[in-house]
Amino acid sequence: MADDIVFELLHSEIINYALDQSKDNTNDKKEVDLSVVEYIGFAAGYKIMERLTREWPRFKDELDTMKFICTDFWTCIYKKQIDNLRTNHQGVYVLQDNAFRFLTNFSNGHQYLEFAPRYVAYTCGLIRGGLANLCINSVVTAEVQSMPSCKFHIHVQRT
Amino acid sequence: MSRQTSRLDAKKVNSELLTLTYGALVSQMLKETENPEDVNKQLERIGYNMGVRLIEDFLARTTSTRCLEMRETADKIQQAFRLYLNMQPTVTSWSSSGDEFSLVWDQCALSDWVEMPNNGLRYCALIPGAIRGALQMVQLEVQCWFVQDQLKGDAVTELRVKYIKRLEDAVPAGED
Repeated sequence: MADDIVFELLHSEIINYALDQSKDNTNDKKEVDLSVVEYIGFAAGYKIMERLTREWPRFKDELDTMKFICTDFWTCIYKKQIDNLRTNHQGVYVLQDNAFRFLTNFSNGHQYLEFAPRYVAYTCGLIRGGLANLCINSVVTAEVQSMPSCKFHIHVQRT
Repeated sequence: MSRQTSRLDAKKVNSELLTLTYGALVSQMLKETENPEDVNKQLERIGYNMGVRLIEDFLARTTSTRCLEMRETADKIQQAFRLYLNMQPTVTSWSSSGDEFSLVWDQCALSDWVEMPNNGLRYCALIPGAIRGALQMVQLEVQCWFVQDQLKGDAVTELRVKYIKRLEDAVPAGED
């Protein structure tokens, strides 16, 4: 079983790769295309969820699924639970992590705040992919106001 | 296998997530660049970048001291495989001059659930890159290449490591 640090390094290298790609494709230096990172997260999330829930009892409803993500899923991957889960009961969920694993290595000030989106894109994809596997289509965005805390907004798409 | 508690096995999940994430990365690269050779190169470079940082963690964790010959280095590499990928490669096929050896393994965490396209892709190119990067940080220049690859139908995967030279301390390129 692989060690955690390998995963962390791979995560930063994926971001690095995406930065290189978008440098090649666009002339605009400020604009960074993170869709590759998000997509890799999605693909991994979709598949890992298939394996995790194989022997799991069926989720009662959407909220139950979200609770699974906030507790068991999050503990496995991010070493702690989500600190706060809010919902408007109409398909919007806000997950707040006060010490997000991929941001804890940054200094807590505002210095690197502009780079934060890079380090949450993978996780947005991971959540979206996991939910997609459980037949919940969603849009996931992240919001970082102060390091290392991070809020993930999940908008469930109902058809 | 039955699960006693409702908890998931965090180590296993993380390990699987690494495998799946790496798989997603490789397939994404193949989609973006048509040429598998380019993907090999990119994977090697990613491995290199990881190795450069991984060595710090390795030195901190194992309190290793300086290696005096390649045989010691080989042991350390073997130890690193165990530590980071939970793999047990064997060190064999030493050249008579003692500067070239093979790492052989038959199970690799990275290449689980992989179906290979038949196009010259070296799926595990990350690993030789990481070895090269890590050793460069301890002033050793080596060359690494695959001799056999399980994913291409061989019985085992064999990675050859060749010592090139000792690097002297130098000012990094681009800095005066």
